[in-house]
Formats: sequence, structure tokens, C-alpha cells
Amino acid sequence: MSTTNETIQDHGQHHHKDLAHHFDTLEQQHDANTLGMWAFLLTEVLFFGGLFAAYTIYRYKYSAMFEEASNHLDITLGATNTVILILSSLTMALAVRCSQTGNSLWTGRWLLITIAFGLMFLGVKYVEWKHDYHIHLMPGKDWSGKDWWHWQYAKKAKEMDTHGKGAGHSYPDKKDVIADNDPSLGVRGIQESQQARLFFLLYFCMTSLHALHMLVGFVLIGIIAYFAYQGAYSPEYYSPVENIGLYWHFVDIVWIFLFPLLYLLGAHMGH
Amino acid sequence: MFEEFKWLPEQASTIAPEVDMLTLFIVIVTVLISLLVGVLTIGFAVAFRRKSESYIPAPWFGCIPLEIGWTLIPVFICLIMFTWGVKVYSNIVIPPADAMELYAVGRQWMWKIQHPEGQREINALHVPIGRPVKVTLTSEDVIHCFSIPAFRIKQDVVPGRYSSLWFQATKTGTYQLFCSEYCGTEHSRMIGKVIVMEEADYQKWLSEGAESGSALQGRKLYTKLQCVTCHTGNAEAKAPNLEGIYRKHIPISHIDGVKIKDGTKVFADDSYIRESILYPNAKVAAGWESIMPTYQGLVTEEELLQVIAYIKSLNQGQTPPRTEETPTPAIIQNKNPSKEVN
Amino acid sequence: MATVSLESKTFEKFPDIVGRHDEVNYLNHDHSVASWLFTLDHKRIGLLYLVTITLMFLLGGALAGAIRLELLTPKGDFLTADTYNKAFTAHGIIMLFFFLIPSIPAVLGNFVVPLMIGAKDVAFPRLNLFSYYLYFAGSVIALTALLLGGVDTGWTFYTPFSSTYSNSYVVVMASGLFVVGFSSILTGLNFIITVHRMRCPGLTWFRLPLFIWAIYATSVVQLLGTPVIAVTLGLLGVERVLGVGIFDPRLGGDPILFQHLFWFYSHPAVYIMILPSLGVTSEVIATFSRKNVFGYHIIAFSSIAIAVFGFIVWAHHMFTTGISPYAAMVFSLLTFSVAIPSGIKVFSWLATMYGGSISFDTPMIYAFGFLGLFTIGGMTGLFLSTLGTDIHLHDTYFIVAHFHYIMVGGAIMGYMAGIHYWWPKMTGRMYSEFWGKLSAGITFIGFNFTFFPQFILGYLGMPRRYYEYPDEFQVLNVFSSAGASILAIGYIMPLFYMTYSFFFGEKASSNPFGASTLDWTNTTSPPSPHNFEKTPIVTEEPYHFHGKEAAVVNH
Repeated sequence: MSTTNETIQDHGQHHHKDLAHHFDTLEQQHDANTLGMWAFLLTEVLFFGGLFAAYTIYRYKYSAMFEEASNHLDITLGATNTVILILSSLTMALAVRCSQTGNSLWTGRWLLITIAFGLMFLGVKYVEWKHDYHIHLMPGKDWSGKDWWHWQYAKKAKEMDTHGKGAGHSYPDKKDVIADNDPSLGVRGIQESQQARLFFLLYFCMTSLHALHMLVGFVLIGIIAYFAYQGAYSPEYYSPVENIGLYWHFVDIVWIFLFPLLYLLGAHMGH
Repeated sequence: MFEEFKWLPEQASTIAPEVDMLTLFIVIVTVLISLLVGVLTIGFAVAFRRKSESYIPAPWFGCIPLEIGWTLIPVFICLIMFTWGVKVYSNIVIPPADAMELYAVGRQWMWKIQHPEGQREINALHVPIGRPVKVTLTSEDVIHCFSIPAFRIKQDVVPGRYSSLWFQATKTGTYQLFCSEYCGTEHSRMIGKVIVMEEADYQKWLSEGAESGSALQGRKLYTKLQCVTCHTGNAEAKAPNLEGIYRKHIPISHIDGVKIKDGTKVFADDSYIRESILYPNAKVAAGWESIMPTYQGLVTEEELLQVIAYIKSLNQGQTPPRTEETPTPAIIQNKNPSKEVN
Repeated sequence: MATVSLESKTFEKFPDIVGRHDEVNYLNHDHSVASWLFTLDHKRIGLLYLVTITLMFLLGGALAGAIRLELLTPKGDFLTADTYNKAFTAHGIIMLFFFLIPSIPAVLGNFVVPLMIGAKDVAFPRLNLFSYYLYFAGSVIALTALLLGGVDTGWTFYTPFSSTYSNSYVVVMASGLFVVGFSSILTGLNFIITVHRMRCPGLTWFRLPLFIWAIYATSVVQLLGTPVIAVTLGLLGVERVLGVGIFDPRLGGDPILFQHLFWFYSHPAVYIMILPSLGVTSEVIATFSRKNVFGYHIIAFSSIAIAVFGFIVWAHHMFTTGISPYAAMVFSLLTFSVAIPSGIKVFSWLATMYGGSISFDTPMIYAFGFLGLFTIGGMTGLFLSTLGTDIHLHDTYFIVAHFHYIMVGGAIMGYMAGIHYWWPKMTGRMYSEFWGKLSAGITFIGFNFTFFPQFILGYLGMPRRYYEYPDEFQVLNVFSSAGASILAIGYIMPLFYMTYSFFFGEKASSNPFGASTLDWTNTTSPPSPHNFEKTPIVTEEPYHFHGKEAAVVNH
């Protein structure tokens, strides 16, 4: 490859204040930044993809227990969270729009409102997880194990007794639980408990990873909101806002996949 | 060390010459192409060495016939290798129907072999010459690999499932048995000997110091573990009759608690029997309630193999009687109302 | 400004009008430590990587030395079994993740890619520095795992041994790999955007040098494959800490699932290791044959093809695990498909040499070695993609020999070729040709002595990862260890003569080898901090040797 006598005089030209030194034009910089964010999101798809793959394989291997376990997740809270997150994507899109039209004040405001929605989401998750911890569904040392089978059995027995009186999603009292020395229990149900525990492990792994991405998102959105208030963004240079928007929408889409896969497996009927 | 040095392993099984022939073909291809590349590299380097700093060679952008040639010829050779490889592979993995069956359990860091007639061995495998032998393998802990280089076979031994390999020995002698999947500290010491004997010698070896056969041990377990209380084989049975079920197609009604299409059948091989003992809900026989408890944690892999050996041998009318020592289990006495509870 | 006559067919010795070392260049413009540690200059970042990965290479090499020393005798007499197991695990992890995967992309890619495409830097310089510190942090964590007591699972971390039975520092090591994985991902991302958006005017895709195509293909693999190993190691860590049965069958898990997830990345990873070397070879052969690369488009496409096919062959590592024979057949056939583009490259390079004007500088000697050893390594892969023979050869020393031929005989030789080729550009100095050629020769001889006997050992049935072995394997093991000592000398020598040249070597002109690519023709040796003053405009296909590849840089 060779050069001709022509070269471009590129020192001494007027540099836009937002143009990084290694780029030639604002447009090139914008394209590079956007393409970079899309490439990064592609890696995130594969990152979550590994977990989704493991989940899919076990979901088909242990379909009955996974459905049972899924029924223990609160579908109302999950749906609420889905709505919250979609709203946050709306406010994020509005923030991007404002940055494109040079409205610094509202760029910052919409970004902060997005964070607020995100925090609400995490608040709901906290409520959910606290409840799960309380009833020993966290797949650590505290896992209910044998209790899982007890509840399944006792819950069904209770439902049979109430003759379908709209038995709520309630957990039986200690007195309703089958005694530990009942000869019909013991080793039976260990395998089901293992499968249910696997569901909850995957549930916590996937939603934790998602929550972690949200936390990182808060930090980044916060920084960009700060710069937005300082008037750093303009119709010529708004790509940081646009790119954080891409990231946030991706976080939203991951949840849109997680919600049906994790919460909507079983029929959730009569629970 | 020089006395024992070998270039090539012994060919001691029916499959070994096939594998070696295929190898030879690939070796020839490899040597020819490597030589070609080597000779051309050195040849061109010498022939076209730089003689003058001012000489600029004319560019050569491509030559379609040449490129097609050096693409298609390798494709052709690869297809030959692939097809030939599949042929040899299918001979390696498909055992003949009449193969004699042995069982091997791998654990850190030893091999435990069980003959159906009762002989048990550790880190040794006696087999007769000229008869196909199929070894069913499982692990008690981590993944191992049962490998006999002289036979050119190996198979990973995975915990939680059965795998198998087969061979037919063609030469008497003693051969190496290696563990070929890294399994911890003493992985290099998990080796054994495969001793191939004439048929007469093998029969003599079998009859010496054999314990009662696997199937007989299995029968003892069949009563001790209370299988016989439900699988009674008569009209009061609460569980299917196991006589003669081995390698039959069994109609099943539920998989993991989910009702399935009528008429679905499962092939009752070793794996299915093992699965039914450890995960009774996995495939429930049609027409029966799923009330069988699981034996996870109550049987070792070896005991499982013995029970399976017994069930395989169980013919019509041979189910042992239930006695006072094996009363009806409580679950049946409680008369549980719900079918779904399991 | 020197004019270049397009009609000229004669070739004059380059007038060294530039490259004077009293000039300001990227090395000497700021000597402070902070200017190195916080640099955003892709060239300096490349050198930071060079120093760090060389240290890791020496550590990995020392571990190899310990292994070969133990294997001189059939009994375990030099190391305990556990120490040996930790040694080969550490050797594998360090060489793969901390040496081979970064080597060419992080050192040569960082240095050369912007120069070669007429850019001032990579697309995201701060991300580039961050990638380096991720690599550094990952190395520190991995070394911590070793110092704490090491890992004994093998670099493949197979479950349930690694998830339940191993008593070693698996989680610490997995964390180190997790971190260094992100270094790899972000480097790949940086290069992809750089090649897409930072090419100088006139530099269309099919005017790019083949090194750029190779780096681009590598970057795509890094980007898409590495997240999967990150998540797999994450799940492994979770299982070890929480005791949940994702991979342990006693708890309802599937150990083979781990292998699928693991190899889904780890097979493409080996293409991350070899693709850049293939790119370097194209550059070196073109320059030192003074001729264009034969079949340019095909070679460019073959790099992409190798990257793509690399993702669909992973289960050829699992033929003996009990996967269905039909699946095995599919993966076997697909694996053959990767051999074809590699073969096309080798033949095209030979055609490039044909009719050329070949000089035997050190980079070219390494390239010759590469051609031979990569061919042998690739062909021995055929034994392994063929199902009938793989069963016998799986997990034996044949596999060890095969991958060392590709990774050492191939990838490392390519790396050495690249280092020797771009050294004058990076440092502004020439090394001693005598010592360079001698090292190349010693390395070649030592390498073959070390690894060729292992093919035979493998066919004889000697399993991998054995520290004790039956007596009949000793002769070949002794050969192999003897070869290893020669190989070690071949690798240690460059440390001396290259370092010497950095301080005392003859000063290099801007284009001492007469290369045709922008990295040589458009910059001084060493380059100025922002590479060049005037952005070049490209008007021709690559590898067009006019006769006066003098530098046209002016100040």
C-alpha cells in the first residue's frame, strides 16, 4: 500500500472541545462510541447467555420441579417490577431525546428519575428476597431441604381439606407439617428438593447478575447526569447519554426475558 | 529402560488392527504433506534467495486452478478420513449382542471389577481370549477414564450414569489398564492389568475363590432392601412384576410426575433399572401408582450393579416370597388419598 | 518531503532521512514513571504488556522445566504427586491465559494496529489502559492462588473434581481468570471498533494488511467467546461455595454440562492463540520475499472462516465422554472443516515465496519454522478429528504433542517472528542477526526434540497428567526432557540479546526491511508520540513493492 503526495494537514485545525485527540471528526467519534457500546452489549448477551443455557437445560430436565419452584415466586411483585423497569426505559429515552435537543436541565432530571425507578425495582427485589430468605428458599446452608417436601405435601393436604376454598399462597404452620419421624418421609423428596434448589440457585444467580448490572448502571447514569447538569452535552455531542441509554435498555430487555422464564413457568393457579 | 522400549503398542484386540490401519493412512498423508511443505519451504527459500537489492519480483495475485486444487484435494482426503473414521468408530462403540458382561466401578484411585459369576477384582481384569466382552462402567466420585491402549479403546467413567465399552481380545498376555482422565492426587497410580487367558484357563480362574455370583448377592439385597414387599409378582402386588422385564419395552404413564401420551414405552436396560431405583418418579410404569420411595443414599454403586444383575436374571415365577421379616411398608398402610403425592 | 515515483522499478538503499534519535519519539518524550503507568499511548501500553507477559512466560516455562525434570524417571521422585498436579495446572493456566492469549494481540496488536491503518491511536485509549490493568490484576490474583497453595484440577477444571473434591484454591484462581478474561474482551472490542472506524482515507477493507484481518478475526472470537467462560467459572465458584448441584451428580447436577460450557469458549480460545500468528506470518513472508501475498482475499476470508468454524466444533474434546455417536459424527465432520482454511493459508504462503526475492533475516527464519511446525501440528489434528483414532489417542501424550506443536511451534514462533520483525520499529534499534538466527535454530531443534517423541508416547498409550509412568515409556521421556533443556536455551537467549540491543543496538532506520505497509513507511523508528504528523491517504492494494519503500515521513 502506498501513499501519494497528498496527505492531510491535521494539525493546526480547529479542535472541537469534545473531540478526543485520536479522532478526526465528531462524527467518527460518535460512530466509534456507539459501535463500541453495541459490541459491549453483544458480549453481555453471551455473558447472560451462558446462564440462560444452563437454566434451559435444567428446566427441561427437571420440568416438574422447576414449575413447582417457580410457583413460589411472587408473580405480582415480578410483574410490578417489569412495569417499573419499562417505565425507567421510557424516562431514559426521554433523557436521550432531551440531550439531543440541548435541554440540559431535563436531561439531568430524566436521568435521575430513571435511577429512581431503578431503585424502586431493587426495593421490590429486596422485599422478595427477604421473604425468600425468611422461608428458607436461599440455596445456601439455610436451604429448607426436607422442609421443601414437607411444605409441598402439607400444602396439598391442606388444599384437599379446604376443598378448594381459594387456598392462598400460604405456608403451613409447624403443626400442619408432617412429623419428621413419619416413615413415609425421609429419603423421599431429597431429589425433588435438589431440583427445586437448583431452580432457586439459577433464579438468584440470574437476578443477582441483573441487579449488579443495574447498580453499575446507577453509577454511570449518575455520572452522566452530573455532566448533563454542567451542560456538557449538546446536539453535537450527546453520545454518552445515548450510549448509557443503550446500556439501560439492554438491562431492561434482559429482565423482559428473565421474568417469563423464571416467574411464569407454572400455572400459578390456585396459589 | 532400553530393554522394555517399544515403538508401537501391542495389537491385542479385534479393533486394534483396524485402528492401526487408519492411523497408518493418516500418518502417510501427514508425512507426505509435511514433507511437501518442508521441501518447498527450503527449496523456494534457496531457489529464490535474494541476489540483488534492486530486484523487485513481479506480483502474483492468484491462480484459480491451483487454488481449487489445493482446496479440493484436502477436502477429498478429509472426507476419506472422516468416513473411514466413522466406520472404525462404529465398530468401537457398538458391541455385539452376545457380549459377555462385566462391571467396573472407578473410584479415587482404583478400579473395582465385577464378573457376573461372582469374581471380584481390584485393578485387574481377567478375560478370556476370543470372546466379546462388554464392560459397564460407572464412577463413585469424579470422572475417570477406563483405557486399554493395547485394545485401542477407552471410555470416560462418569459419576451418576452408566457408560460402556466392549472388546474382543485376540492375544493372550498382560496389558496395561490406565485411568485416562485426571482425577486427583493418585491419578497416575490408578493403573491395572488386563490379563487375557485361554478359555480353559479363564474358567479355571473363575472357579477359584469366586464369591457367590452378583445375581445371588442381588437376590439377598432384593429382600433386605424390601423390594420384594411391593414387587411381589402376585395379585396383591403394589408394584410392577419385575420378572423377565430386562430389555423389554415397558409402557409408562408419567415422566417426572407429568402425565404423558398413552402408549409411550421405555426400553428397560441397565440404566433404566438404575434410574428407577434412584429416581422412581422419573418414568412410572403405566397402570401403577407412583409410590416407590427412592434409594438414593441407601445403596452403593456396587450394590446397584448386583440388584440389576439379579433383576436381569429374574425369570417367570422366580420372585422370592415375602416373609415375616419383610412386612408391608407403612406407606401402603396409610392409604394416602392423593395420587399426586410423591 | 521525499517523492515516490510510481514508475520506478529499481530499488535503492533507503536514505535514512528520518529516525534520528535526538528526535522526540514515544519512548523518550517523557521519562517519568507516571507517564508510563498512566499512559494512554497504545505503543507504550504494548510495551507494558510485553514486560508483564514475558515475566509470566518465564514462570510458565519454569513450571514446564519442573514437569520435564520429574518425567525423566518413571517414579515420582522429584516432586510429590500433589505438587506435580499443581505444577501442570499452573503451567497450563499461565501459558494459556496469561501468555498466549494476550501475546500477539496485546503486545504487537496494540503497537502495530493503529500504525498500520494510519490512525493516531486505538478507538478507546482509556479502555486500553484499563484492559492492561485488568490483565495485571488478574495476574496478581492468579499468582496469589499459586502462592496460597495452588490449584490441582488441571487447567480444564473438570467437575465434579473441581467443584466438590479438590481441596485447592479453585475459587481464587477462577477469580483471576474471570478478571483477565475481561481484559481480553475489552482488548478485542477496542480493536474491532478501531478497524471499523479509524482507518485512514482510502483504506478500504480489502486494502488492509492481512495482519489486521487476523487481529480482527481474533477480536471477534475474544468478544463472543470469553463471556461464556466467565459465566462458567462463575457457576463453578458458586457451586464450590454454596454446595449446590449444578455440576455434581450426587446433588442432581450434570458434570458433562460443565464440559460443554467450558469447551464452548476454550476451543475458540485456541483460535485466539493461533490466528494472530497467521497474520504475522503473512506480513513477514510478504516483506522478506518482497512480494505480495498470493491469494489475498482468500487468506482474509479464511481468517474469518476459522473464527466462525471455531465456535461450532467444541465437542471434539468430548468424544469419549458418552455423547451420542451422531453428535460425535457431526462434530468430527465440522472439525475437518477448520483444517481446510488453514491448509489454504500454508499453500498460499508458499506461492508467495515462489518467485520472490527472499532474505533470511531472523523474522523470516522464524516464519520458516512456523510453516513446518504449524503444518505438522495441524496435520496431527487430523488424527484427532477422525473418530476412530481419537478414541485411542484422547487424553494421551499425543494430544499434548499436537497442541504444543500448534501453540509453541505455531503461535509462539509466530510471536517471536513478530517481535523480531517489529523490534526496530518499537525500539529504534537493530538486534544482532547472528544471535537472532542462532536462537531461532536452537528453538526449532529443541522444540522438535521435546515434542516429537510425545506423539509416539501417546500412541503407545501413555496418559496425560501422569507423574509416574510404566518403565517402557522412559526412553522417549528422556528424549523429550533433553529437548526441553535445549528449547529453554533457545527462549532465554532473546532475553539477553534483545535487551542488549534496546540499549546498545545499532540504530534502526525507519524501514530497514523494506516493508510496504503503513506502519513502516509512514512512521519513524521509533514512532513519534502521536504516530505521524500527516494522515496518509491510501490509493493502492497492499503489499505493492515499488522499489523505494523509503519513509515518507516528514517533520
